[in-house]
Amino acid sequence: MDTEILSRIQFGFTIAFHYIYPPLSIGLGLILVIMEGMYLKTGNKIYEDMTRFWIKIFALIFGLGVATGIIMEFEFGTNWATYSKYVGDIFGSALAAEGIFAFALESGFLGILLFGWNRVSSKVHFFSTLMVFLGSMFSAVWIVVANSWQQTPSGFHIVGEGLNARAEITDFWAMVFNPSSMERLLHVWVGAFLAGAFLVMSVSAYYMLKNRHLEIAKPSFRIALLVAVIFSLAQLFTGHTSAEGVAKNQPAKLAAMEGHFDTAAVADMYLFGWVNKKTQTTTGIKIPGGLSFLLHQDFKTPVTGLNAFKPEDRPSQVNSIFQFYHLMVAIGMALIGLSLYAGWQWKRGRLFEKKWLMHLFVWAVLLPQIANQAGWFAAEMGRQPWVVYGLLRTSDALSKNVKAEQVLTSLILFTLVYATLFVLFLYLLNKKIKHGPVLHTIEENKISENSRRENPLMNQ
Amino acid sequence: MFLGLDYNTWWFLVFGAVISGYAILDGFDLGAGALHLFLKKETSRRIALNAIGPVWDGNEVWLVIGGGALFAGFPVAYAAVFSAFYLPAMIFLIGLIWRAVAIEFRSKEPGKMWRLTWDIVYSFACIVVTLSLGLMLGNVAMGLPLNEEKEFTGSMLTFFNPFSIMVAVTTLALFMTHGAIYLAMKTENRLYTKLTILAKNFNIFFLLCFGLTTLYTLLYIPHLSDRIKSNPAYFVFPAIMLLAIANIPRQLKKGNYRFAFVSSSVTIASLLIAVAVEVFPNLLLASNDAANSITIQNAASSPKTMKTLLIIALVGTPLVAVYTSFVFWTFKGKVKLDEMSY
Repeated sequence: MDTEILSRIQFGFTIAFHYIYPPLSIGLGLILVIMEGMYLKTGNKIYEDMTRFWIKIFALIFGLGVATGIIMEFEFGTNWATYSKYVGDIFGSALAAEGIFAFALESGFLGILLFGWNRVSSKVHFFSTLMVFLGSMFSAVWIVVANSWQQTPSGFHIVGEGLNARAEITDFWAMVFNPSSMERLLHVWVGAFLAGAFLVMSVSAYYMLKNRHLEIAKPSFRIALLVAVIFSLAQLFTGHTSAEGVAKNQPAKLAAMEGHFDTAAVADMYLFGWVNKKTQTTTGIKIPGGLSFLLHQDFKTPVTGLNAFKPEDRPSQVNSIFQFYHLMVAIGMALIGLSLYAGWQWKRGRLFEKKWLMHLFVWAVLLPQIANQAGWFAAEMGRQPWVVYGLLRTSDALSKNVKAEQVLTSLILFTLVYATLFVLFLYLLNKKIKHGPVLHTIEENKISENSRRENPLMNQ
Repeated sequence: MFLGLDYNTWWFLVFGAVISGYAILDGFDLGAGALHLFLKKETSRRIALNAIGPVWDGNEVWLVIGGGALFAGFPVAYAAVFSAFYLPAMIFLIGLIWRAVAIEFRSKEPGKMWRLTWDIVYSFACIVVTLSLGLMLGNVAMGLPLNEEKEFTGSMLTFFNPFSIMVAVTTLALFMTHGAIYLAMKTENRLYTKLTILAKNFNIFFLLCFGLTTLYTLLYIPHLSDRIKSNPAYFVFPAIMLLAIANIPRQLKKGNYRFAFVSSSVTIASLLIAVAVEVFPNLLLASNDAANSITIQNAASSPKTMKTLLIIALVGTPLVAVYTSFVFWTFKGKVKLDEMSY
């Protein structure tokens, strides 16, 4: 294998592994803010125990996010030196802003979040939780801005030619608010909230099935379910605007997502299917003209197809992009269905009686994770063969002095290290879950019967 | 131009400040980790871990900021340095991974073997990180073979020259001293006594390394002392450095660990400043042909980006300073173990 493919595998592998953790941190961060906020508001000690339990899970997840994240910042330089020179003016600014505005905030207050419970007042602790959450949200802002600039470059001009060509900022805010950054940011945030919510529901459902820690599990589940209902629906809208944006800004990517080749033809929308690149046909269950309708509110309007682009200017792995995209969409729909159904059962007061539903929720934690990964794979593979859309090809972006053997060595190292980390992570997560929350305050809790009655999250 | 200096020079100063900040802050974490196995008792090791527990992650962020600062301000240097140091950089990063997870994982199981395993992983990770950091610094100070495209033309063996190895070991010795001093500030009773002895021994080790490396530099690497020798005004830098270095054993003897910590911090910063003064305006000297060197001019981003970055730094730095101080203030004083501790 050559340096290019090895470097792509390494980057894809390290970023995909990293991306297991940050969405969980962001989503769990939101839920921690809600839980601790409820504690501050009601003074109910159950919320304190709940917050403290989820902080311990958060610490483990956050730790792995930090450990695997630091690699990413340096991998541009190690493996993609030409890219780094080309985009440093722009991409580097976003990374620097992320470091100083997001990571510093997040990591600074993390110390208080994890170890400060007995050292600061509960208000200051809540503030720290909020800051850690905001830090992780900001970090998503800058990373998505940087990535979106690669998808839809704007606010720049090209200086120099050939090997010395590079992009320079002409308008910082046009770079930040490039055509795709805001819609993609919302999509990423909401995807992260769902990842966190389904983790909390998974663990809580497990306790329900084991009939353990119910006083923590039930309210945790309800809080997370509320988040899931709101944001699984919201994801429909952010997903839709993202698709519209892709249609406008990266028609080749959208065509690949739906396996649409012929520009003169009406574009169908598939529920699922298979793309044959050789015959340029897509087979599957479809809504004829569905994509045309989605984009133009008319079943008859043609949509730009892959054939409108020269073969060397369009993505080659069409079927993979199609499958990743459809997997993401299908899971998104499933999450809406699952959340609404569970919400309806909550309303009827039968949420926790349905064993099969709880079993489903235990495993549903995987769904947002898979959807997040699949979405990114579709987005990044759909951008190929460009690393910066229309400007710089992935094959030109490499470090020229790095040899294939070196990349192979580091790739093997990363595989071994990450495999070990993943096993240990699952082992420790499982252990923490089995150990469960520590209840400090069952006695005091009886006193707060009043706040319990007023509070719908605590009912039943 | 801003206050008489051009943006590129300003950004060189900012980058230098961030890297010094990283070396001082993560320096004590890494040093504490490197000496971890010298502490024998379970409680001692826990106290040592909890002494850095709430702050090490924030300290590591300085590295992320430094990486971003280099990438944004001097992308050509960022690209050249990290593609040149491909394997040492990977080893450095994988070391940082193990440091992070070892701290997190160790406390999760009570078993003796589990904890011992993570103690060893943790300590070795810190040692490897420190040595590779020192090795990279040594090579940057010395210069690397670069072609006209500013790409590295050497091999792995290029990095293992005597000077860079000496710098690596000196860095380890200095961080261990610095870490022992930090831990001494955070501990009491017998552990404190043990750490004071360790700090003194590591400091002797550092003085030996420092002496040898300085001698070697003066004899064999003229470009790392030329500017200071030829310009008396610059003598202020080695003067501060030597005062700081001399002050460490003095404060250790007095048992004044706060001042000792200030001195070891100043030592770290002044060593980096000495290197910066000598290599400026180069970011990476081409050892084969000075014309291929990467400088703050030919590696820099556009003036507009430089200006944007300075604004980001001006807005961001005070914020970071405020909440970093707040966190350190919250955890001031001696370490007390509680149920949330590692």
